[in-house]
Amino acid sequence: MSTASLSAGSDWSRPSLPRHAPLYVAGLAIVVALLLKLLLGWDWAGAAIIAGILNLIALPLWSAFTEGRRKAGDRLVTTLIWSAFVTICVPLAWVIIEVLGKGIPHLSWTFITSTMRNHVPGPTGGIGAAIVGTLVITALAAVIAVPIGLLTAIFLVEYGRGSRLARAVTFFVDVMTGIPSIVAGLFAAALFVLIFGPANQMGLTAGVALALLMLPTVIRSSEEMLRLVPDDLREASYALGVTKWRTILKVVVPTSVGGIVTGIMLAISRVIGETAPILVATGYLAGMNTNPFRQDQGMATLPTFIYDQYAHPDVASCALGQTCAPATWSMDRAWAAALVLIIIVMVLNLAGRIIGKIFAPKTGR
Amino acid sequence: MAKSIDVTDLDIYYGDFKAVEGVNMTIKAKAVTAFIGPSGCGKSTFLRSLNRMHEVIPGARVEGKVMVDGQSLYDSNVDPVEVRRRIGMVFQRPNPFPTMSIYENVLAGNRLNSKRITKSEADAIVEKSLRGANLWNEVKDRLGKPGMGLSGGQQQRLCIARAIAVSPEVLLMDEPCSALDPISTAAIEDLIHELKSEYTIVIVTHNMQQAARVSDDTGFFNLKAAGKPGHLVEFNPTKTMFTTPDNPDTEAYISGRFG
Repeated sequence: MSTASLSAGSDWSRPSLPRHAPLYVAGLAIVVALLLKLLLGWDWAGAAIIAGILNLIALPLWSAFTEGRRKAGDRLVTTLIWSAFVTICVPLAWVIIEVLGKGIPHLSWTFITSTMRNHVPGPTGGIGAAIVGTLVITALAAVIAVPIGLLTAIFLVEYGRGSRLARAVTFFVDVMTGIPSIVAGLFAAALFVLIFGPANQMGLTAGVALALLMLPTVIRSSEEMLRLVPDDLREASYALGVTKWRTILKVVVPTSVGGIVTGIMLAISRVIGETAPILVATGYLAGMNTNPFRQDQGMATLPTFIYDQYAHPDVASCALGQTCAPATWSMDRAWAAALVLIIIVMVLNLAGRIIGKIFAPKTGR
Repeated sequence: MAKSIDVTDLDIYYGDFKAVEGVNMTIKAKAVTAFIGPSGCGKSTFLRSLNRMHEVIPGARVEGKVMVDGQSLYDSNVDPVEVRRRIGMVFQRPNPFPTMSIYENVLAGNRLNSKRITKSEADAIVEKSLRGANLWNEVKDRLGKPGMGLSGGQQQRLCIARAIAVSPEVLLMDEPCSALDPISTAAIEDLIHELKSEYTIVIVTHNMQQAARVSDDTGFFNLKAAGKPGHLVEFNPTKTMFTTPDNPDTEAYISGRFG
């Protein structure tokens, strides 16, 4: 609306800022901040903070002088929310760009398929064993945690509603959420030592530790999803003379399966990058071990591989008597492994979404 | 095989709260019985106690007798699941199963009970039930589409088809038209008239004209006061009820001079 169309004395229309005013102001704030950086020699962080503050002040002020107080308040809050959004996106984008930039150059088929067995310092070696180990251990964790978690959620929603046992379970699930991951690792390690003796290094130990960490997430998200199923559907099923367990199996769970799968995928993404519990439970192995039930051998995983490359880097060969700086080969491998880990998590998430979409109730319109 | 229902001294509780008190009535086979009364007077609660849906709510229980064809529904050796298999129910809000197609929705009662039926039997049941619910012509070309894609009135008729697909002996309807437009309501009322020849039908309604149109007998439920249990004020043939009711309260309610 242009000012020309405002009839004099009309209480209904008010002057308003141009449509893209927030963009203009943001652009101006950035330009001013860049100028300040050039002139006063500030660093990037300072310039970014100044740009944000300028933007936050300028737009509401402009609005206050033309549009009035209420609109100015609206502009202020809108700008705050957008600033928060952009701020949140910065580290995310940064991490992804950094990992992509440092990981891609070293990524190759040989790197993905070879192992660190008999490694001699140099750019060779790879993450084959680590990928297998991560997939095997995470799959074990899921196989343990998903049935227990889902059944617990079904108990909480369908059978235990409001009972003392259900309240206790909910409380302890909340407590479990707060267990530090290394404590889960220690617990699993101690448990398996009790059962199999002190020499145990089974991959299964790490799987149990990760399952412990997954459980609360699986229970909580499945519980929420099951609660969302309207009681109407349960009653409709009961009224057809269907037993309770078949109602749960055929009506309640299928109706909420999309959300349940998403929750399980989130839980998997959460534990797939765990390092500490795996180090404690199964240690790190340079070579390939595909059998998580072998007591005498641990398993390699991507997080422990990254840790190992960082903590025990290759040392560049150098003349006697000189101090040797660690070669960059290890860090290259660590970054490439990190990239592969992120890709695996993203693929799992996408797969979860697709599965959820396929099973989700259809509206049919 | 429509059955009659005899109710004797029925009290219904939610935990310690007595919701309905001292109901006595005989619901005739192959007839439509309507319950009217103000909100919260226990009509729906009473209806739900007729197929033991009532006890789905934690803490809900019943004292007294409900006899169907000489069998007491609340005997300790009676399985509520079996009761519900024989006494079907249609709810206030249409509630087709969102994960199932129209075809699967109609067969839900059979499939969920894991009854083994052949494809041709299944097709026959679906067609018969959908025809019975006056829905066949509208959906016969899209039986594989989700049941949720239908309009509200069609969904409700789908729910009725689903309920009659298991050939119940009694059909309970809890305000089946309250969420529907007049045209869908008329369709369902026609359907009730047709179903009467095969089923015993009990319907709860807030619409007095509807009760007068569809029912043979009418029961009027009321509350003595707020917080007191609901009770059956009068139970009579619909014609009597709407012309010369026994009870002045009934007359007041029916003629709109209530409260």
